[in-house]
Formats: sequence, structure tokens, C-alpha cells
Amino acid sequence: MTMEQVVFGVTFVVALGSALAMLFARNAVHVALFLVGTQIALALAFLLQGAAFVAAVQIIVYAGAIMVLFLFVIMLLGVDTEEALAEPLPGQRPFALGLGVLLGAEILYLVLRGVDLAVTGAADGGARLTAINEDPGNVTALARLLFSRYLFPFEATSILLVVAIVGVMTLARRMGRATVVAPSDETDQEVAA
Amino acid sequence: MSVAPAYYLVLAALLFTVGVIGVLTRRNAIVIFMFIELMLNAVNLVFVTFARIQGDVAGQVLVFFVLVVAAAEAVVGLAIILMIARRRGTSNVDDISLLRW
Repeated sequence: MTMEQVVFGVTFVVALGSALAMLFARNAVHVALFLVGTQIALALAFLLQGAAFVAAVQIIVYAGAIMVLFLFVIMLLGVDTEEALAEPLPGQRPFALGLGVLLGAEILYLVLRGVDLAVTGAADGGARLTAINEDPGNVTALARLLFSRYLFPFEATSILLVVAIVGVMTLARRMGRATVVAPSDETDQEVAA
Repeated sequence: MSVAPAYYLVLAALLFTVGVIGVLTRRNAIVIFMFIELMLNAVNLVFVTFARIQGDVAGQVLVFFVLVVAAAEAVVGLAIILMIARRRGTSNVDDISLLRW
């Protein structure tokens, strides 16, 4: 057993265990914390595969920024809102579980048919990636590709972000107006909530 | 590089499956969003693994685009959930049936 196999084993167990714990956690905060666990384990998996920069971004952006946003919203809505156990559609949960397991079996079948588990595979691919990571460096190689071949998608990304910012600001502004109007005399149904 | 890439793909497949099951069985809108993030993470792992198989960083570049879409989606989605929760006092997806006939 090499070091990489040991680290991968730990990563596998932590990532999958946290993900399964997400399914069974009743409290939304616990779900968020288990998701952070999965994301950190995945960052380790990225690191193992020669993606150092992506691993750092995974921790900073995902486990940091996005999860803090989630926790903010959970706290704003109140932590102790338990999930309703009543089912409007009888038998929906077991049915969904069955379909999900079926989907997982299909994906696993396709993966195992396409890639051989025994073959360490991609030995030259891994070696090439290691060479790239050493000569221009991981970040340099990423930047070169991002600002040449993927320049157009990169710019499109900025449009997406601007649209998202404008959309969220519009939503937030309307929300602010409702809370301001609420205490005054104009109590219509929309504001009452 | 002694662990075969296939094992990483198996891990990604299992994580994606857990994400799908979570989206289908949970009722809290925020929790459903977190399972969507889990699925996006599984896809990121697939991208990084294929980058290693190909010996190229293009797969790692694609992770960035997934990341940006995930961030935009999370921000807009959470704002919508927050608005619905303020108006109707619930984040349970069964109670939000405004568009149902």
C-alpha cells in the first residue's frame, strides 16, 4: 500500500460517509456541516490528482464562501424549522429512493464498463500532467488555457455573474421595501406576510 | 499515481447518486439546494479525473465554469427561497404550490 492509496482510502470514506450522513441529518445546519466535510475530502481528492489550484479554490469558494451563504440563509429562516414528515404523495420517498439507487447502479455500470479498475490506466496521462505541473506550473498552465482557448466562455461567465448580481439585487430590493412598508397603515395582503 | 482513475470515477458516481436521492426525498428547499451542490461537486471530481486521464489541464479549467454557475445558481436560488420564506413563512417545497393548477 502506497501513501496515495492510504490517503485515497481516507478521502473515499470521509466523502461518502459525509454525503450519506447528509441524507440522514434532520437539522439543516448539520446537513451543511456534512457537506463541508464532503467538500474538504473532495479537495483532497483533487490534490491527489495533480489539481492543486482547483483544490485550493474548492476550499476557498465552496467550503468557504458558498457554504457561509447557505448558513446565513439557514440562520435567517430559523434553525429549528423541522422538516415536515407528512407526505402529500403516498409512497413518494421509497419510490424516489428506488429510482435513485437504480440511477446509481446505471452510472456505476457505465463507469466500470468504460474504465478498467485493475489497470492503473492513464499512466502516460498522469505522467504528462505531472510534467505540466512541474514545468509551467499548475496555475500558469490553467491561466494560459483559460485566457486563450477558453477566453470566450470566460467572458460569457462575467455576463452570467453580472446578470446574477442584478437579479439578486432586484429581489433583495423588493424584499427591503416590503419590510419598510409593513409597519405603516397600508396593510394589504402582500405586505402582511 | 498509483490509484487507478476508475476509483475516483466510482466515488463521483456514488456522490452523485446520493445527491439525486437527497433532492428526491428531502422537503426543505435549502437542503435540496445543498444536495444540488453535492451533485455539482461530484461532476467536478469527474472533470479533474478526466483531466488526469488525458494528461491535460483543460478539465481543470472546466471546473471553474462549473464553479461560477454553481455560485450564481446558489445566490439567486437562495434569494428566491428567502423571499418565499418571508412571504409565506415556509421553506417546505410541498407548501409552495403557487404554480399548480
